[in-house]
Amino acid sequence: MSTAIELRGVEKTFGITSVIRNVNLTVAQGERHALIGPNGAGKSTLFNLISGYMKPSVGSILLRDQVISGLPPFQINRRGLSRSFQVTNVFAKMSVWENLRCAVLWATGHRYAFWKNVDNLPEVRDRTAQILQDINLVSRRDVPAGLLTYAEQRALEIGITIAGGADVILLDEPTAGMSHAETERAVALIRRLTEGRTLLIVEHDMSVVFGLADRISVLVYGQIIASGTPEEIRGNPKVKEAYLGEEAA
Amino acid sequence: MSDATAKIPATIAPPRPAASDRLKFYGIWIAAALALLVLPKLFSSGGSLTTFSLIGISIIFSLSYNILLGQTGMLSFGHAVYYGLGGFLAIHAINIIARNKFAIPLPLVPLVGGAAGLVFAMLLGWVSTRRSGTAFAMISLGVAELVASSALILRTFFGGEAGVSANRTKVLRLFDWSFGPQIQIYYLVAAWTLIAVIAMYALTRTPLGRMCNAVRDNPERVQFVGYDPHIIRYIAFCFSGLFAGIAGALAAINFEIANSAYLGAVQSGTVLFATYIGGVGFFIGPIVGAIFVTLLSLGLSDLTQVWQLYFGLIFIAVVMFAPGGITGLLMMHRPLLKAGTLGQVLPSYLVAFIPTLAMITGLMLGIETIVHFTVNPGEDSHIKAFGIPFDAANPAIWVVAAVLLIGGFMIARRTWARVAASWDDALTTAREKGVAA
Amino acid sequence: MLELIVISTLNGVLYGMLLFLMASGLTVIFSMLGVLNFAHASFYMLGAFFGFQISRWFGFWPALILAPLLAGALGAAVERYGLRHVHKNGHVAELLFTFGLAFAIEEIVQIIWGKSPVDFRVPPLLDFPAFTLFSTNYPAFKIFMLVVSIVIFIGLLVVLKRTRIGLIVQAALTHPHMVGHLGHNVGRIFMLVFGVGTALAAVAGVIAGPALVTQSNMAGLLGPILFVVVVVGGLGSLPGAFIASLLIGLVQTFAVSMNGSLAGAFGPLSPDYAATWLSDIWNVTVAQIAPIMPYLLLVLILIFRPMGLLGTRDT
Repeated sequence: MSTAIELRGVEKTFGITSVIRNVNLTVAQGERHALIGPNGAGKSTLFNLISGYMKPSVGSILLRDQVISGLPPFQINRRGLSRSFQVTNVFAKMSVWENLRCAVLWATGHRYAFWKNVDNLPEVRDRTAQILQDINLVSRRDVPAGLLTYAEQRALEIGITIAGGADVILLDEPTAGMSHAETERAVALIRRLTEGRTLLIVEHDMSVVFGLADRISVLVYGQIIASGTPEEIRGNPKVKEAYLGEEAA
Repeated sequence: MSDATAKIPATIAPPRPAASDRLKFYGIWIAAALALLVLPKLFSSGGSLTTFSLIGISIIFSLSYNILLGQTGMLSFGHAVYYGLGGFLAIHAINIIARNKFAIPLPLVPLVGGAAGLVFAMLLGWVSTRRSGTAFAMISLGVAELVASSALILRTFFGGEAGVSANRTKVLRLFDWSFGPQIQIYYLVAAWTLIAVIAMYALTRTPLGRMCNAVRDNPERVQFVGYDPHIIRYIAFCFSGLFAGIAGALAAINFEIANSAYLGAVQSGTVLFATYIGGVGFFIGPIVGAIFVTLLSLGLSDLTQVWQLYFGLIFIAVVMFAPGGITGLLMMHRPLLKAGTLGQVLPSYLVAFIPTLAMITGLMLGIETIVHFTVNPGEDSHIKAFGIPFDAANPAIWVVAAVLLIGGFMIARRTWARVAASWDDALTTAREKGVAA
Repeated sequence: MLELIVISTLNGVLYGMLLFLMASGLTVIFSMLGVLNFAHASFYMLGAFFGFQISRWFGFWPALILAPLLAGALGAAVERYGLRHVHKNGHVAELLFTFGLAFAIEEIVQIIWGKSPVDFRVPPLLDFPAFTLFSTNYPAFKIFMLVVSIVIFIGLLVVLKRTRIGLIVQAALTHPHMVGHLGHNVGRIFMLVFGVGTALAAVAGVIAGPALVTQSNMAGLLGPILFVVVVVGGLGSLPGAFIASLLIGLVQTFAVSMNGSLAGAFGPLSPDYAATWLSDIWNVTVAQIAPIMPYLLLVLILIFRPMGLLGTRDT
């Protein structure tokens, strides 16, 4: 199996604080990989590094064997990597439909076109409708994103992330703040939408992690202390000590 | 759970406009064109034709400004640069065409202005649009100062303080139109206004136009759906410059002169005022603003010496109390109108109107009296402001002004609370009836 | 030549310090409230006019104290009753509010004091040449201006480094998002910061008024340069604003004293081009382009360092 994402000796320092320390991580193509770890371990920072939001201080990041570290976010996105945000990050004044459509436009090749009527682009329309249906927001199509409920905004967030058709998806705590029932629905949604794609997910809810992930990596104080299948992670004494121990206790 | 691979029902996407909707849509444009045609028949005096021409120019300019502010979220303090350069290039173009007897008729000259606006926006925009928000605003101001000051140095091209003039009747004639009389200029401006408005409306309906809105709402997220916000801002800036240049060229044709005031801070401020007062949130906002501000500046300057102060105060009031501008205020009532609950709020408007009017009258009385003593202290104290004569030297005036201002404010404050409350009630009722806000 | 360099350096530093007196308030207000006060130069102008009026009634020295206090109180009131109200509509609305305010203040100043310059004179106590350098008499009032701005500069440093408010301001400069978590009296801190910032600008106005021209367009002339200073320095960076103030002060002062032109350097232009725009560029002197120097600097900085000299924050 070829690799989708590879991190080689990645470090990130802010001033004198080092947040990510010598991280090596490989995510295989088509794999669902969960990144877990206590608060402040650097999970979101790692996402920011992979998606181009920040540049690593040391080391390199590869997407399908091509170096992407140092590229701006939009170029990484164009190479087929898309991410969601922990804090909902949508286009608040635009409708749900418009939000999804904006996420489709680049991938359908319309780019900065100023000579086409956006309403007359069949493939954009179909694809947007498809995503809208996939995230179950058809009834909320014309509502401004800022007025959606929290769970709906999270669903839209995922919708925007996958709409461009990227085959490597990074989801940052997609179920945070959701009720039990909402979480179940969200997990089903994620499972369905990431079918056949590579998924890297940060998640706190262990039932979600162990239910969804093929492999799990544990990040503690900016370092990966373990990487493996859910069974391996469950049985790993280092992980138990550093992380799962407190949860189990 | 639906099967993801199933064919998507056609009902998921927003419905295509029905034939009747399309008819309505094109009907509006045709009606606008007809109105522009008929307007001079109804108001045929030279003064009103000039006013209409100025309004048309101002509409193009304000809409071009709103491509930046309303559509893309870029606050510019230097938009007059592209308007002014369009004007200067147009004047030079007229002179060159006349001197060399080129076969180019006057109605095509605005294209020169548009090209000038576009080229300079392409040159200056690249650095300006690298930053957004406050930094962009300050950079636009700096670039505007740079161009305005340079214009005074390059005297040969910009004509120094006096400017450059041209004779618009000396170019090639079409259908025996000399473009001397104001009526012909009116039709020239009206035609270009219609073209520019349609073009700018169409621009909002393109992929670029939609992404401009996305950049306005959330420039950060735009980067994660594949777009470079800098490029989007840059292209929007170029379009904005293009249409500003057309507006400037029309102004130059109208006045047959271009001078440094075209490029200056006052012109940049005026377009900002017009656009914002009209409302940046809707496409027609700047059109409303252009009409309102042009009429206001022509009307107020006849009524009072210090009309610019009132202008500034109106702008501050809009920023503080009606950030959606005039259009935003009107559009707020659309759900009420649809649900038929508009009647609930009107009485509270009437009640609030009286003390508010008293307050404003008191303020104006005070301002006019002060103006009399500071600006024209030597003149007769029997002054006339807004057509109302009064004796500024009479001490009672101060009392009246103070009572109106303070008393009006005290009472008005309570009535505003009532307006807000009854408005909320009406909207709640409207929502219950199923009308979306 | 040496004379020119010494005098220009003195004047440039003086002008730079005046700019920093205003830019410091502007920067601190921007860092804490998130709004760039477009009307900042208007408070400088109000300082000058208040100073003029009060020195007519009570003399220059009371004016030096009272005018900034008055302008500062006005600034605090603007924050309390205006800006705070606009805050919920976002930064663009706040910036536009201060823009409208700047416009209104200019109109009001014109109504009260007219459009022509007022006769704001150097106080007799300081109306003598401090020293004569080569053949130039350097006025004592300019030395006084320099002393006042340096004293305030040191005062600001002490407040920033040694007081609680100063610590809060410093925190805001480095972590602007944390300002919201300051606690209950955040409103009062904002008002105070705005008041002090505008009062500093007014001090600059009182001391600059007699030396320069006190006129209703002085805010419009200085404002854009002030904004260039904060953008070139890097929005929200106090050291950046300081460096940029001095840089622009010196660049402009030196440019004014130079008469060189392309024609001077390479000889007169061929008469064939005498009537073209090329001759404008050929014959313009460095002194003549001094007013556009800050803006040229702005464009250059934006090309090579888009965030400004010491800036780290976007927007």
